[in-house]
Amino acid sequence: MVGTRHDDRVLLTISTTHRPATDLGYLLAKHPGRLQRFETSAGPAYVGYPRADDERCTVALVLDVDPVGLARGRNIAEDFTLGQYVNDRPYAASSLLSVALGKVFRSALGGRSKDRPELTGTPLPLEVRVPVLRGTPELCERLFAPLGWAVEAKPLPLDPDRPEWGDAPYADLTLTGELTLSAALSHLYVLLPVLDNAKHYWISTDEVDKLVRAGAGWLATHPARDLITRRYLKRKGSLVHEAKARLAEEIESLVDDGAHVLDEDAELPVAAEQKTPLAARRREAILAVLKEKGAVKVADLGCGGGALLLDLFADHAFREILGADVSTRALEIAERRLKLERRGDLERERITLVQTALTYTDDRLKGFDAAVLMEVVEHVDPPRLPALAHAVFGHAAPSTVVMTTPNAEYNVRYEGMADGAVRHHDHRFEWDRAAFAAWCAEQGARYGYDVAITGIGDEDGEVGSPTQMAVFSKGAAA
Amino acid sequence: MTEIKIPEVALVALVGVSGSGKSTFAAKHFGAGNVLSGDHFRFLVSGDENDQAVSAEAFDALYYVAAKRLEAQRLTVVDATNTQPHARAAVLKLAKEHHVLPVAIVLDVDEDTCWERTEARPDRDFGRPVIKRQRRDLKRSLRFLAKEGFRRVFVLSTAEDIDGAHVTLEPLWTDKTHLTGPFDIIGDVHGCAEELRTLLGELGYVLRFDDEGRAVGAAHPEGRTAVFVGDLVDRGPDSPGALRLAMGMVGEGTALCVPGNHEDKLARHLRGRKVTVAHGLAETIEQLDRETPEFRAEVVRFIDGLVSHVRLDGGRLVVAHAGIKERLQGRASARVRAFCLYGETTGETDEFGLPVRHPWAREYRGRAMVVYGHTPTPVPEWVNNTICLDTGAVFGGRLTALRYPERELVSVPATAVHYEPVKPFPVHNTVDGPADDGGMLGLGDVTGRRTIETGYGRITIPAEQNAAALEVMSRFALEPARVPWLPPTMAPCSTSTREGYLEHPAEAFADYRGDGVVKVVCEEKHMGSRAVVRVHRDDPSKGAIYTRTGRSFFGPGETSALLTRVASAAEGLFEELRSDWLLLDGELLPWSAKAMGLIRGQYAAVGAAATGVLPAAVEVLRGIADRAEGAGELLASLRERRDNAFAYRDAYRAYVGGDEVTLAPFVVLASEGAAHHARDHGWHLSMADRLVAADPALFTPTRRMTVSLDDEAQVEAATDWWLDLTAAGGEGMVVKPWEGLVRNGRRIAQPGVKCRGREYLRIIYGPDYTRPDNLERLRDRHLGRKRGLAIRENALGMEALDRLAAGEPLWRVHELVFAILALESEGVDPRL
Repeated sequence: MVGTRHDDRVLLTISTTHRPATDLGYLLAKHPGRLQRFETSAGPAYVGYPRADDERCTVALVLDVDPVGLARGRNIAEDFTLGQYVNDRPYAASSLLSVALGKVFRSALGGRSKDRPELTGTPLPLEVRVPVLRGTPELCERLFAPLGWAVEAKPLPLDPDRPEWGDAPYADLTLTGELTLSAALSHLYVLLPVLDNAKHYWISTDEVDKLVRAGAGWLATHPARDLITRRYLKRKGSLVHEAKARLAEEIESLVDDGAHVLDEDAELPVAAEQKTPLAARRREAILAVLKEKGAVKVADLGCGGGALLLDLFADHAFREILGADVSTRALEIAERRLKLERRGDLERERITLVQTALTYTDDRLKGFDAAVLMEVVEHVDPPRLPALAHAVFGHAAPSTVVMTTPNAEYNVRYEGMADGAVRHHDHRFEWDRAAFAAWCAEQGARYGYDVAITGIGDEDGEVGSPTQMAVFSKGAAA
Repeated sequence: MTEIKIPEVALVALVGVSGSGKSTFAAKHFGAGNVLSGDHFRFLVSGDENDQAVSAEAFDALYYVAAKRLEAQRLTVVDATNTQPHARAAVLKLAKEHHVLPVAIVLDVDEDTCWERTEARPDRDFGRPVIKRQRRDLKRSLRFLAKEGFRRVFVLSTAEDIDGAHVTLEPLWTDKTHLTGPFDIIGDVHGCAEELRTLLGELGYVLRFDDEGRAVGAAHPEGRTAVFVGDLVDRGPDSPGALRLAMGMVGEGTALCVPGNHEDKLARHLRGRKVTVAHGLAETIEQLDRETPEFRAEVVRFIDGLVSHVRLDGGRLVVAHAGIKERLQGRASARVRAFCLYGETTGETDEFGLPVRHPWAREYRGRAMVVYGHTPTPVPEWVNNTICLDTGAVFGGRLTALRYPERELVSVPATAVHYEPVKPFPVHNTVDGPADDGGMLGLGDVTGRRTIETGYGRITIPAEQNAAALEVMSRFALEPARVPWLPPTMAPCSTSTREGYLEHPAEAFADYRGDGVVKVVCEEKHMGSRAVVRVHRDDPSKGAIYTRTGRSFFGPGETSALLTRVASAAEGLFEELRSDWLLLDGELLPWSAKAMGLIRGQYAAVGAAATGVLPAAVEVLRGIADRAEGAGELLASLRERRDNAFAYRDAYRAYVGGDEVTLAPFVVLASEGAAHHARDHGWHLSMADRLVAADPALFTPTRRMTVSLDDEAQVEAATDWWLDLTAAGGEGMVVKPWEGLVRNGRRIAQPGVKCRGREYLRIIYGPDYTRPDNLERLRDRHLGRKRGLAIRENALGMEALDRLAAGEPLWRVHELVFAILALESEGVDPRL
């Protein structure tokens, strides 16, 4: 990037009214009379002072992000979202700004000052402004307010000509408070990338060190600690585990591993009376059916991140387990959660993970005692259901098929759920009890299975259970 | 001279002790390319062809190779001693697995001669006792060879026998590939002789009658050949009449016939075997009792002479009574015969006590068309290039024939319900299971590393890309039957070095001149979303309007409403193309109709961020410039960026339209029986114009300009046209060879290149891409991969349309559509 010119800006200013305000320059070790340039991995950064007198001193960090350089790399496939067309990275404060901040103000961030050592531990009246910041005003409040900042965050309109489009995903953020400069910088350093949840540059295990170091003293007690940790290390699931281990002294309870993205119920409003999570009760119910049927070879079709596979794998009554999903990412997560790479050959041989699509017939799904489709059908477009039925009942044709799906009638019991809404954004439909029963009966008749339908979860006299379950048993000789 | 006759495809075991001259014999009669020698495999496995310690491994490898050869229907000769039963058992097992005839050729040479030859070879170090033992084994085996299962055994005992032996390869009985028809394949007759006569008349055959007025033959004036799928007899009123006519035709060479299960059972009965008299056999027996013993004997001879199935027309057509899987075609064994007579059953029975049939046709992936009968079905339906012609004539249905190669069905109604079926007729169709064609697609049709032969080159799709496409295709795309084509990607023109431009018409024209193209058409690039429209004349619900990844643009209701309007505007096109459906390529406008999420989430967001931060940054820099040296330059460029940010915002705003959706078609991809990619763009655009004229509110015209590349004035006019178009906020243009498909030697020219406007590219490359230093860097944009991709995807697309037009099975079309989607997952700069 050396030698190229690019003038897109990310901007951050820090002001103080401490007397003399120009102490800010000494604390930052940046001369107020000069415009200085620094090379950072995100692009060149400039530091200058639009105002520097005894009453008020403002330092500006302007980051030159090179959009052309960012997207022109040849290995775009590796980070498609970043390479795709233009993005807001050059303009909106984000993890890139955090990178620059860490580099340009390193000593101040570490609480060191050659010229004003006595001031490093002193809270100063500070004002931080980031005119365009990726993140919502609500999140800004949630992240910064507990740290002692007065937060003023105004949303930006998407397009002033189109007020109906609403707000852009940015805030114009002003923080005011009495804090030490190093605390202020460490807050920005950790929380800017957290606000910028969508896209990230963190690539190395160093990041874990940085988080632990920069968050020292405040991260462990922050009410949004889990969110911060998870987002800071986003897309690096294994790093989270590492962070977990390394933070263990400071933090007792820890974050999950990102599998929540695959959790069916993640988007579900929490029903107050629910004691055991619905997902767990679903798995219990399915396992009970499999046990009752004496199934030894079981296929989990649409296994996702492997929640049920873990239960199956733990029970040695299931001697041959197949986890199948169309998403290779889900299979990777499942493989990780099963810790397959650490298991012995004998154990590993019990389980196979394959990519498949239930709208195609697949010979590998043949020969099982039972197949489970846990919360799967509702992710398939209705016109494709006959193909799914053929692939499962007609082709794979296990002795038992266990199928669960939401009961649409129960949705009225979820507070905050709009009329006619579905429980997960990818649900193509949700059946009421009659519709599910009709569909099951039709498949049973066509493919020669007896069907029994029950509910899972607390039953409601009027609307039934939250989840419905059908158990298909192949007729002795239809 | 010993004549050794063996089928063209057979597994031949040479049997003889060491030194009996097997290898010499094999080389002389079969050629090295057909012989697998045990010695050679020992050599391959261990480096020493005499190393007996590796025999087990060597024969493992030998049989593996033999299996591959037999799968491919190749004559295979095993050159090994084969004097011990266990060795021969392995050979026999292999033959059985592949349904080929096992043949033994024994070189029964005396011990002295063998020992003499062995001694003469310096590399053979075993002693005479070995030969003695082998000789003893051989002698003991000789009379058991046929019993073990060798269907033909030739024993050559003297030097004269061996020297004088002559090997003749005979075509398989099933091999009638030299007959090219045309054929009329006739479904299950079941004693409906009257209907058969009517049908033959309908097909144009002239019947021949005997003195008693009985039909005893028929011939077609154009020399067509009838093919009976079997089950001529049982249940119906006149099985002898049906037999007499069919036998006469077969006898005089105007018909071929394969046996049905009913013939098989009848013949067994007539030969005096004990069979259960059921399913209409009683009627036949009774009817035959009234015939002469000579006729009955003739019937037995006729049925005995029938071969399980026939392969016709160079292997493109196979007729078998109950159908036949690809693996069994052209093979001979008891199992092949059983499949041809009865089909495959699951071992279960249905509620009527009839065996449940395995739907082999759903899984059929063979190249040959399979025509069969056996299972009554109300209407014959094509399933993966197979069709069942049994339309239940005897149950009061129809008697049906298929004209080949025309693929036309001809049928006559039954004169009465001749027989009450066990299972009510008509029942649901032959191929049980869902009507949805998707059920006929197997994962094996689309996954793994795949190489696809197209009429436009061979294309390989890596396994990872197929894996990526599987998720998109199965989770988001419409049913495969609705998506017979996907738009291939299009490369931009070569990069312009003109000041301020990344793309310019001059480069597009130069690209085509380089391909030897003289005439091109420049079409306005619509500011919409690429859309494929499949419209059916009579039923909008059968159609679709889908994106470049096969997703429906709208819900079913909205799609149907739009398609109803499209269909009524397309009335003239349906007429002219004699088609009930059309597949159109075009754009759906405005872009905001479907891309609002992208405009808001991506472009407007960038605009908001840029126009938010840059004025603030200008402000801050102004303060710094007042106090510090060297900030002036930074400030000046910041101001320029601020202005670019506002220009960027203007560029995307041009894509936001009203709520009214319109279609801008520019290519008629296919219609019934025809793919139109070989037609020129003048034709395509004239078709599009007719749609616009029929419904100007629904269709948006495509502005265009035709350019002769050797006419400077025309080139200049087109360039000006592009400049005006893009200056007015237009996206740009697509330049295509007027002729459509252009070949430059073995290479196919790009079917089109895009030439995008300067301001439009601001949305793509960012507000500041026009800065000279940025442009300089962007010019290095590696077009090669994108171009290669465009060519490959286009080849797949054309092949898909060809197969669609030819009425090929769904999986054959879907594999191409899937491949296009898979190639789209290749990591190419998405801004190209």
